[in-house]
Amino acid sequence: MQLLARLPGLGPRSSRKAVLSMLKRRNELLVPLSEALQQAIAKIAECPVCGNLDTVSPCSICADPRRDQSLIVVVEEVGDLWALERAGVVSAQYHVLGGHLSPLDGVGPDKLNIASLVGRARSPDVKEILLALNATVEGQSTAHFISDQLVSADVTVSRLAQGVPIGGELDYLDDGTLAAAFKARRKL
Amino acid sequence: MQWSDEGIVLSVKPHGETAAIVDLWTRAHGRHMGLVHGGRSRRLRPVLQPGNHIDAEWKARLADQLGTMSVEMRRAFAAEAMDDAQALMALSSITSLTRLLPERDPHPNLYEITLFVLGFLNDATVWPALLVRWEMALLDELGFGLDLSQCAATGSNDQLIYVSPKSGRAVSASAGEPYRDKLLALPQFLTKQRSGAVTMQDVSLGFALTGHFIEKHLLLPRGETLPQSRARLVALLAA
Repeated sequence: MQLLARLPGLGPRSSRKAVLSMLKRRNELLVPLSEALQQAIAKIAECPVCGNLDTVSPCSICADPRRDQSLIVVVEEVGDLWALERAGVVSAQYHVLGGHLSPLDGVGPDKLNIASLVGRARSPDVKEILLALNATVEGQSTAHFISDQLVSADVTVSRLAQGVPIGGELDYLDDGTLAAAFKARRKL
Repeated sequence: MQWSDEGIVLSVKPHGETAAIVDLWTRAHGRHMGLVHGGRSRRLRPVLQPGNHIDAEWKARLADQLGTMSVEMRRAFAAEAMDDAQALMALSSITSLTRLLPERDPHPNLYEITLFVLGFLNDATVWPALLVRWEMALLDELGFGLDLSQCAATGSNDQLIYVSPKSGRAVSASAGEPYRDKLLALPQFLTKQRSGAVTMQDVSLGFALTGHFIEKHLLLPRGETLPQSRARLVALLAA
């Protein structure tokens, strides 16, 4: 229960409920979950190329020849990669940084997968690096830092647009998003 | 206990799944922490970005407690600076260095200066020099202000072009000549005789000057060094 309570989304009470539920349904939940966790420990590893998590190395995304090899989409966490894959908006290579620069938390460039990204960007196949980082101060500081590091590589560095979300009503948007949307206006 | 005030967000730490602990620098109550329920929600995340100017209401049963805070946006300085690498570094540098102020100790003058500087982060011809002046104001506010009014050796106020790295006092050209290698350069825009446009070289000299004293008086005693954002900013401006 104490271990489960450390997981995101679970507090002491919900972990107690989960444990009791698993103990009640030992064969249907506890045993399969235990086996799945064992398999995850044995098989899932970080991709040495992009930092994604997969059961094969390199990961299935890096090994897929049908994907656009000229574009690398840079994300902070594996969860961001999954979000983009779920959306199905891009079929390219990825690069997972493993977080963002945060001097207050002691996270400097050496603690992120930036050096390997710069190495990948030097490949002649790569034409564009898309920085799909969070629109936060830390995320954008990281984006600017990476952009500086990629100056010597012969690639186009781009980033995701910011603005009015689909279904968003202007009246409910924060000032910052409105300002970003206004700056990024385009001709119809 | 309860108060309402305006403030600048300095840092935000996640707390649990949905809440956040905010370090807010308020005008009348100084640096103040508070728990913001729903601080990691889609609605409040844009508000709780470091550098933003917000309205806050703090409540707690006792004054010493962390307390809870409700917040509302005044001006999204963070979003305004996000497109510009240098402005974003300047914003991060300001929020990092402001955390050197003691908690719950108001500094209304420095607060006003900070809002003034943040308001000019969209004008790259102005803010670098303003940021140097802001760092001087920070030193002054914390009791380590530089005395650039007259020469420490001769008492004259002509040709002040050096600063003593030990005393933080200005030194004139003639008195400082024998020690020129050991003295810090004093850019003219920081003196009373300032005239003409401020060049990037002046700004770099200004950052070297303030950086030396911030590190010496404020950071080294805590075992810290200058924020990475500031170091990157100075490198970007010098390039």
